[in-house]
Amino acid sequence: MNALFWVVLFAGTAAVGYRVLRAVPALLHTPLMSGMNALSGITVLAALAALGAARGEGPWPRTLAALAVALAMANVVGGFLVTHRMLRMFGRRGNGEEPS
Amino acid sequence: MNDGRFAGIPAFEAAALLLVPLVVLGIHWMRSPRTAARGNALGAAGMLGFILVTLAGRGLLADPMVWVGLAVGAGVGIVLALRVRMIQMPELVALFNGIGGAASAVVALLALRAAVPVPPPAPRVAAFLATGIGTLTFAGSLIAVFKLARWLPSRPVAFRGHATLCLALLGGLLALAGIGAASAGGGAYRVAAAVIPAAGLLFGVLFMVRVGGADMPVSISLLNALSGVAAAVAGFAVGNPVPVAVGAMVGTGGLMLTRIMCRAMNRELGDVLAGRLADAAGAAETPAEAGPSEPARDPADLLAAARRVAIVPGYGMALAQAQPAVKRLFDLLEKRGVEVVFAIHPVAGRMPGHMHILLAEVNLPYERFLELDEANARLPETDVALVVGANDVVNPSAGTVEGTPISGMPILRVTEARAVVVCNLDRSPGYAGVPNPLYDAPKTTLCLGDAAQTLSALADALAAQPASA
Repeated sequence: MNALFWVVLFAGTAAVGYRVLRAVPALLHTPLMSGMNALSGITVLAALAALGAARGEGPWPRTLAALAVALAMANVVGGFLVTHRMLRMFGRRGNGEEPS
Repeated sequence: MNDGRFAGIPAFEAAALLLVPLVVLGIHWMRSPRTAARGNALGAAGMLGFILVTLAGRGLLADPMVWVGLAVGAGVGIVLALRVRMIQMPELVALFNGIGGAASAVVALLALRAAVPVPPPAPRVAAFLATGIGTLTFAGSLIAVFKLARWLPSRPVAFRGHATLCLALLGGLLALAGIGAASAGGGAYRVAAAVIPAAGLLFGVLFMVRVGGADMPVSISLLNALSGVAAAVAGFAVGNPVPVAVGAMVGTGGLMLTRIMCRAMNRELGDVLAGRLADAAGAAETPAEAGPSEPARDPADLLAAARRVAIVPGYGMALAQAQPAVKRLFDLLEKRGVEVVFAIHPVAGRMPGHMHILLAEVNLPYERFLELDEANARLPETDVALVVGANDVVNPSAGTVEGTPISGMPILRVTEARAVVVCNLDRSPGYAGVPNPLYDAPKTTLCLGDAAQTLSALADALAAQPASA
């Protein structure tokens, strides 16, 4: 398989990610972390694929895959929602201008 | 089988990579509080796109189990996100770190057992590794949650041979991954697949129980990174590029925060993980019992006469739920024409940015939140430094006493202000267990007790003072 593709994909996104991540101020580090929680739920894609692939197998692989889907989805939905809750506090009217 | 594929990946999954820039732009918008909510929404839209592409591309739309899984997960996520109080954010983030790790571990395990035609070596190693990383992230995060919620003691727990055992487990994990990957589907493969999760769980517990409370911001950031790495490695194991890309970004973000937290405490990551603390409270000398050198000044008089005030919040403020009292005092001081800023240490609280969200929750203006260096530059021209439930981050012995968990940690130098008012619960040492000589400094006025009450009393007394400015 094309090993280079995977290495470039991983290193490239890590590098691009670092450039944008380090611009996030300390003010927003907690929402950043909960946002990262949501993004780590990206495993839901692999879990969904596993659930589909386990069709026709016994109940256990299907159940485990469904569990993985639920766990990852809790991260996705919970992560984005709680981040939104926090960021709304910063966007409120009367909470001043953008810091320089 | 090969048509419609790119680098061995189904075309729709390769195409989904085109949505990754949405996530990047979303993070980019997190650089300012004005655009951050939009950035978060964009990230969520990207995620929705990934899921829809997967559902359609893999023909899962008619599978009821898929919808049950998605609905249960979404429901749990909604309940957790809506019920959590801002003071509990460290617990929630730690919990989500663990849940993410667990999901990746289960996916990787499934990839291993479904490997009837055994996958090629590289993805196989990845599947073993993702199982290990995912399980250790899960177990470590649960311990972090228990410590943060005080269901477990927050001090480091270590026993003889702890470090050796941890290293042996880590070596064992890697060896198992190697053995499993080398044996193409034989007995060793199955044994490795069965043992790795157990080893990962045990390692996660062992390495987290040893981490002390003061190091919680570091540990929680590291576990955040690991949950991303687990997702990336699991993505590689099943040949899906999107988790690799997004997981890599999460890993980077977590590592960046880990480094920032380590630097803010002047500690090496390796020392934190190895629990190298010297023996905490024992090493610090107890400060000499200095009697009150001056008649205690009334803190309300100090504030009434002040032109510049710096409020230094700590986790004690959160525990006492004193944020509304802080807000009231802030408003009173503002009305008197006093310049008020908040001096926030990076590791105040239990996670990066913890104090900021607690203060923003009560509508305090975030443009007054100063970071460590800015705050220290301003403290010498400050009339009153008002410490609210902060201890370790203002402890001068960080610079003077060797061999404590906070030795060498850059602190907020509140003693450079003209006067210091400390509204802490009591005189006991902070999370790091090091006695604080600030309490006995001649400049310091102590208002011991529940910070919500002492601050309210302070605000009442200030309101009764005639406006002088």
